[in-house]
Amino acid sequence: MNISRRHLLVLLPAAAVGWKYAMAGTPEDAPNYQMSEHWWGMLIDIPKCIGCGNCVRACQTENDVPDGFFRTWVERYHRDDYHLENPEVISPDGGKEGFPAVNEGPAGEYFFVPKMCNHCTDSPCTQVCPVGATFISPDGVVLIDQKYCLGCAYCVQACPYGCRYVHPEKKVADKCTLCYHRITKGLTTACCEACPTGARQLIDLKNPNDPIHEFLRTHTVQVLKPQMATGAKAFYNGLDGSVR
Amino acid sequence: MSGLKDAGHLFRFAGLFVIAFVVFLVVRGYVVPKTFGQYGHYRGASIGEIAAHPMKFAGHQACESCHTDIADTKTKGKHAHVNCEACHGALAQHADDPTALTPVKPDTAVLCARCHMASAAKPKGFPQVDPADHMGGAPCETCHNPHSPAIGSDTSTSAATGGTK
Repeated sequence: MNISRRHLLVLLPAAAVGWKYAMAGTPEDAPNYQMSEHWWGMLIDIPKCIGCGNCVRACQTENDVPDGFFRTWVERYHRDDYHLENPEVISPDGGKEGFPAVNEGPAGEYFFVPKMCNHCTDSPCTQVCPVGATFISPDGVVLIDQKYCLGCAYCVQACPYGCRYVHPEKKVADKCTLCYHRITKGLTTACCEACPTGARQLIDLKNPNDPIHEFLRTHTVQVLKPQMATGAKAFYNGLDGSVR
Repeated sequence: MSGLKDAGHLFRFAGLFVIAFVVFLVVRGYVVPKTFGQYGHYRGASIGEIAAHPMKFAGHQACESCHTDIADTKTKGKHAHVNCEACHGALAQHADDPTALTPVKPDTAVLCARCHMASAAKPKGFPQVDPADHMGGAPCETCHNPHSPAIGSDTSTSAATGGTK
């Protein structure tokens, strides 16, 4: 068969695309888990959060997060009816041991905002890594290859949500893995497992039976800092306009 | 062809370039990890390494496979959707080998207050009490079964009786 130069120019990119597609979803260590069949995210339901700090403690236990550092944390907002731009925000020790009680009286609205890595589709943190140590996995989780990381902290600066830190002992970047070791085995994340009210829910956007599709259709859902166009996949239900 | 007679220095340089390029390829092949570029501009094997992290939380499915009595009590009560380890803590070690680790019964005075301590900052519909005013600070499980907390609900597997059939 003779292939002209013109045909070769067409065939080569097509073969490259085909090869890339064939290579997607061939994970190494989880035989029943197909990366190409998932696209993970998180739903955070603000009206359900009671600020107990269970998620923060569970995350620190599950992932050996050092004291004073957080892969997830909870903030308590207090804004009065017109100071939308200047809410009072507290997060004592990341909300790990809950929040001081508030007596009835002070005007305004109180609510809790759990925060974590947004596992962005167009993540700024992975784009700035000079060595390819952080990346978006084929199933949509932003991960760090800690054996490859130099600890330069570019990504820590690049994350608009402040979700990364340099591990004080390993001296490499560290962050939420969306409990990758759990979700690839059919379990939910540690924070979702420990949340008593269902304020946090692991979602799989590629699973057509996931109730998230119905939820996103019927609720007013927002992401943090939408103007940054990060393609964040931590969806907040009932998010107040004062949250930054 | 007389021009090539004077081009010997060019061939020597070309040879050097070829040698340098081969050395570069050999070093690169040695230095760059095998799975780098498998899925993208990163080491593909790192995904498996991250997925191999040991678990501390067993997940409620593991608890319910043995503690069926508690699971039954729980499904009928208001704590149906509160997972076991939300209160009892991370117990994957116990799930792997029940004799390896005996869970400690949580202190209800601390545990219940964590969620149910009254605070105006909490969502209005969420049940909240001030422990000092509520039954004079008596231990919660005197009246409430933590697995099904409504008063008068099934208490046969309450924490007070051990709950470890």
